[in-house]
Amino acid sequence: MSQENGRYLYYPGCSLKATAHAYGQSAVRVVEMLGLTFEEVKDWNCCGATEYMSISSIPAYSLIARNLALAAQQGQADLVSPCSACYLNLRKTNDNMSKHAGLNDRVNRALAAGGLSYEPDSLRIRHLLDMIVEDVGYEAIAAQVRQPLKGLRVAPYYGCLLVRPARNGYNPEYPTHLDRLMQTLGATVVDFPLKTHCCGGHMTQISEETAFELIRRLLDNALDYQADAIVTICPMCQLNLDAYQPQVNAMFGTDFHIPILFFTQVMGLAFGLLPAEVEIEAGITPAVAALARIGTEEPEKAAPRRRDKQALPMPQPRSD
Amino acid sequence: MEVETRPTFFRRVMAATPGGEVLLTCLQCGTCGGSCPSGQDMDATPRKLFAMARANMEDDVLNSSAPWYCVSCYYCAVRCPQDIPITDFMYTFKRMAIDEGRYHKESHADFSESFIGYVEQYGRSFEFGLATRYHLTHHPLNMVRKSGLGFQMIQKGRLSTTPHKIHDMPQLTAILTEARRIAAEEEAL
Repeated sequence: MSQENGRYLYYPGCSLKATAHAYGQSAVRVVEMLGLTFEEVKDWNCCGATEYMSISSIPAYSLIARNLALAAQQGQADLVSPCSACYLNLRKTNDNMSKHAGLNDRVNRALAAGGLSYEPDSLRIRHLLDMIVEDVGYEAIAAQVRQPLKGLRVAPYYGCLLVRPARNGYNPEYPTHLDRLMQTLGATVVDFPLKTHCCGGHMTQISEETAFELIRRLLDNALDYQADAIVTICPMCQLNLDAYQPQVNAMFGTDFHIPILFFTQVMGLAFGLLPAEVEIEAGITPAVAALARIGTEEPEKAAPRRRDKQALPMPQPRSD
Repeated sequence: MEVETRPTFFRRVMAATPGGEVLLTCLQCGTCGGSCPSGQDMDATPRKLFAMARANMEDDVLNSSAPWYCVSCYYCAVRCPQDIPITDFMYTFKRMAIDEGRYHKESHADFSESFIGYVEQYGRSFEFGLATRYHLTHHPLNMVRKSGLGFQMIQKGRLSTTPHKIHDMPQLTAILTEARRIAAEEEAL
């Protein structure tokens, strides 16, 4: 374990206290079971999501930097965020303050008005998924599995902000660590082609036509691969894919009803927690049917398609 | 005779973006637009915006719908062969358009402003207030449909009807006030 004594500073972010309550609840349970300690950043504030940067740059960076300053006061430890947008904002602020002296100076002048300061790079900022697979490791995770998720086909969905633009060591378009984590829990993982495509972000509020088409593509693609559930690592992705399914169905005349689960909920189930303990019922799209597949045999896959013997041959140049 | 002039639009765009000078190296390859999931809804691709910015076509750039359709997915930024922080430039264009009052009444900008209004007031986001205020203003006819989902979210404990206020709000206010002062000071330069 790279983090000494398993202590982490924890920045939950606004969503985990509201729309993604199930994520917060299940994350805390899973982390406890893995023997780690989360210490919440005291009196943290919103990171500004994808909104503040559109309005004013220095206040946007300063809003985020207050969290970094407060976290650094609580002692040396990695700062962990389960929300991809918070993760990006915290990390981008740290990195830009570190790279650009002018920005660092201005943000620290603003912080000083509140009696705070932040030294760039004094905290290592990490996403919860990265922290769990890197620091705990797949073997130790496998050792906690009480109820292997045999029979459940999942599409691992990373979304955007975990892998882009921060270079966190994973491929920005084709990461595989969530895939491997789900395999470790015994699930069947589909090779989800749209795994890092966008869920629409705040466009569900601003331009439904834009957002719902992006959501439709993701759901459709997961169904092409016969996934029973999509597993996410971000509250915004979960909300968009879960809560807007009925409206997407109404817009496109489709019949999607695929549950969207947080990876920590899925880990909790594999570790033997009850569905209620990881707030499975908080999903707008019910997960009962999908979870009933756990422990069943996977239906036999259709035989790979052979070339049709009756088919015409490839075009050939004339020989005469 | 030396004439004192305001920096060109292109210079201002670069100065308003951390590491913005790299925009000078744009090859006009179009990888950004080709990678954009909402590009089909934009009236110009990022590539075109950068060409227009370089030609100091301020009105065309700041009146473009493109930045408002940006979903912040950063596909363009990681695929750019010149490592240009394209998404950050979209934020810069939005800020400049708002500052000049070009998009103030538009719902795209108003969503960001309503969101931040609650953050500046409470220190935390407040989805219930945001959704009701924003949608009542901009999509009142959709409210019936939206309210069904809202009610379900409340029932499932996923939407709180009262905001949560952080403890040291005076500290956050002092920081943001000073930050706005610094930002205004720089704009005046």
